[in-house]
Amino acid sequence: MNSLILNTAARLMVPVLVIFSLLVLWRGHNDPGGGFIGGLLAATSLALYEKAAGLERTERMLRIPPLAISAVGLACALASAVWGAIAKGYVLAGVWPLLTVGPGGEKEGLPVGSILLFDLGVFLVVVGGVSAMLFALEEAAVPAHQDEQDDIEGKD
Amino acid sequence: MTQTDTGTMPAAAKEGETAGSPQPGIGRALLFAPSLVAALAFVWFLTFLPAIGRGEVFTLVYPWIPALGIEFAFLLDGLGLIFALLVTGIGALIFLYAAGYFLGDPRAGRIITLLFLFAIAMLGLVLADDVVTLFLFWEGTTVTSFLLVGFDYQKAYARRAALQALLVTGMGGLALLGGLILLGDFAGSYRLSEMIAMGPAVSEAAIYGPVLALFLLGAFTKSAQFPFHFWLPGAMAAPTPVSAYLHSATMVKAGVYLLMRMNPALGGTEVWFWVLTIFGATTMLIGSIWALRQTDLKQMLAHTTVMGLGTLVMFIGGGTEKAAIGAALFLVVHALYKAALFLMVGCLDKKAGTREVDDLAGLGRAMPITAWAAALAAFSMAGMIPFVGFLGKEVMYEASFSVITEPVLVAGAAYVANAMMVAVALIVAVGPFHFSAPRSPKPAMDPSWTLWLGPVLLAGLGLVLGVIAPLTGDAVVNPVAASILGRPVDYHLKLWHGVNAALIMSILTFVLGFLFWRTARPIRAGLAGAQASGLISADELYDRVLEGVRATAKAVTGRLQNGVLTSYMRATFAALAIVLWGAIALSGGPRPTPSFDLPLISYATMAIMLIATAAVIITRSRLAAIASLGAIGTSISIIFVLYGAIDVALTQLMIEILVVVFLAIALLRLPRTPERKGFRVGDAGIAAAVGLGVTVVLISVLGTPLDLTLTEFFEENSAPVAFGRNVVNVILVDFRALDTLGEIAVIVIAAIGAVAALKAGRQAAAKTTTTMEPGE
Repeated sequence: MNSLILNTAARLMVPVLVIFSLLVLWRGHNDPGGGFIGGLLAATSLALYEKAAGLERTERMLRIPPLAISAVGLACALASAVWGAIAKGYVLAGVWPLLTVGPGGEKEGLPVGSILLFDLGVFLVVVGGVSAMLFALEEAAVPAHQDEQDDIEGKD
Repeated sequence: MTQTDTGTMPAAAKEGETAGSPQPGIGRALLFAPSLVAALAFVWFLTFLPAIGRGEVFTLVYPWIPALGIEFAFLLDGLGLIFALLVTGIGALIFLYAAGYFLGDPRAGRIITLLFLFAIAMLGLVLADDVVTLFLFWEGTTVTSFLLVGFDYQKAYARRAALQALLVTGMGGLALLGGLILLGDFAGSYRLSEMIAMGPAVSEAAIYGPVLALFLLGAFTKSAQFPFHFWLPGAMAAPTPVSAYLHSATMVKAGVYLLMRMNPALGGTEVWFWVLTIFGATTMLIGSIWALRQTDLKQMLAHTTVMGLGTLVMFIGGGTEKAAIGAALFLVVHALYKAALFLMVGCLDKKAGTREVDDLAGLGRAMPITAWAAALAAFSMAGMIPFVGFLGKEVMYEASFSVITEPVLVAGAAYVANAMMVAVALIVAVGPFHFSAPRSPKPAMDPSWTLWLGPVLLAGLGLVLGVIAPLTGDAVVNPVAASILGRPVDYHLKLWHGVNAALIMSILTFVLGFLFWRTARPIRAGLAGAQASGLISADELYDRVLEGVRATAKAVTGRLQNGVLTSYMRATFAALAIVLWGAIALSGGPRPTPSFDLPLISYATMAIMLIATAAVIITRSRLAAIASLGAIGTSISIIFVLYGAIDVALTQLMIEILVVVFLAIALLRLPRTPERKGFRVGDAGIAAAVGLGVTVVLISVLGTPLDLTLTEFFEENSAPVAFGRNVVNVILVDFRALDTLGEIAVIVIAAIGAVAALKAGRQAAAKTTTTMEPGE
């Protein structure tokens, strides 16, 4: 697909979308968002980039194979589970090392801990899994590329 | 030396000793390490003998899954101890033997490792007190047995035998698991000791029938009882040390162990007696008759093992104190002489070049140690005084008379089987060694000490235990019998009982056994004739069942997986429609009338959805159809927004975008099918049924009062406990994080599967293109 508008727009939008998806991940605990949605958003932005720049360039830009990304994500989630098990004695317990709770319930410090690590894991798994399937599908579709217009439009 | 050509001797000996490449020193030493470990364990278990003899019991418990009441619980009593001694003691000798047997063979490490793993599993099995622990080790023995039987995996018959053993015993294992869980639920404890302590309460319960059937299925398959006896002779595809260990002395006795262990809880009933007696006696007779049919010494021994297992099962069924003593004693007797004989046959195979009984004769001078080991073991097998086998046979006859219900049947079966054992003992120990000119495929000589030590020690122990009969009885047999019966026994084993009925039976046994031996050839010919005349064996039946399973699977798969996507969709949605309308028909309850008083924007969204749906149905362009589907999804996300479910709406929107992208790419690949004209009534019917069904179900849901307990809990606790105000996200990553962990694992697996499938398809396509267009 060689569209100048799409190409230019994608180049501008993809970084913004990726940052936005991370923001969605971060704010997810208190406001709409979270790892699933953020991951889907990031995957959509990768799909956009892939459509504009092609599979080869997208893979080069990513550097890491998408399946590896999702594997890292799963590892993050598991690490979070183990973290909880070690720190609190049961698997997947929430640990907030930088957060202190005052006597009145007020919180101080950064809300960063095992839960965010877990959510990051979800994010990575979704990004990696979706893009892996998308890229593989795109790769498989290559031989049929020539008569793409034909095929999609149908003939009537 | 009676070799005719002494010149070939050294060459042949050299070939036998250094076949294959020699191993480096450390590797070679490591091969002997398991033997040493097992020997130490044996000595350690020996130290428990006095305390166990006094009736003490040792337990060891580690928590495993406390929430489910499952523990790593172990218990050492008389029954467990004798099995532990057999596993470690015979194990030590077998490991040594195997190290010698496979010396110089590159596969030596593999077989020793597998044997050692098996020993651990077997030890765990006989010491486990928790049923899940028991099952774990039970399956451990099944799996290691599979690997060991299939050790020569390049050979088709070994693979077949391994699979057969796995399928038969694996099926029994599943049945056993069912029985264990049923009984565990009934007893309210997963501890075997607590189940057994319930005693007759189990056999009076309604659950007794199914539990008994499942346990018997597990025990009978594992211990090769009729009609599952056929897998054991097949398992002789394993190397000789494996057969001696797993398929005579230890693993095949796991089923016997289970029956002995469960006897206090499951035994003592009419059905227990009849089933065990009839199946045990049948197995015993089948095994002993077919043993005479064999010409391969190892096959002959395998059939006598089937016979021995049948004997054990029959006496466990007997139910009297003497029957329990008989079973306990025969367990030891059989393990000792059978392992010794198997190892002896391995020596013959290795050093004389064959196991065929007709090709071996007069080797007593060339292989004196082997001949002595064979003679000692055979004396015990035949029940000569003062061997422990004599005690076994005496007690067996006494026990037969003690069985109240059917003493004639039991004693008669035992008499025939014992006579056959005498005959087999004579065939094995006399034929290859004595009373004839030397004959063997290759010049025979005794093997190295690692090979003869096992058979000599085991056979010698048969003599020692017989001589010290009272001690054997008090220290070894009585504690086992006490475990079988669930109460202490008062029995004194003696070598000489004076002239009584049992002794007369013993003498008659020798007479009949001798006759069988003299007529072994005609008997064998007769059996072979019967076999050739189309008598269907259980082994063939197994093949037919397997063939039937394969054919059924093929037919079902061919019908279900026809490769046409629309037929999958049709089947899936038709099934969904049936479930939906079934639920609607079965549920009563109030169905509120839906309110049509909605804001304008809701109606507008619905209108868009209806138009888009119509477009999907009408359009002939795939792209237009995909885009219309996207419009429907987007409209749904708008509805979510209208009702405040922002998270769900966001997810829906993202998914919708990705689905459109995926579909667009995927449809590029699909070949264009010829357009199907006209209105498809069946498909429309299914679609309408699903759509209407979902609508009615949703309306019904509105009619049921909502249980807000969970909602309130999450809303109250989300912020203070989990430091998050977005309840949806907090549920996903904190409260129900385990579910999410499972889901993301599924995503990763699905992605791997999809990528692999697509790559495989691409490679296949590339292959066909290159073969079709060789010019390019």
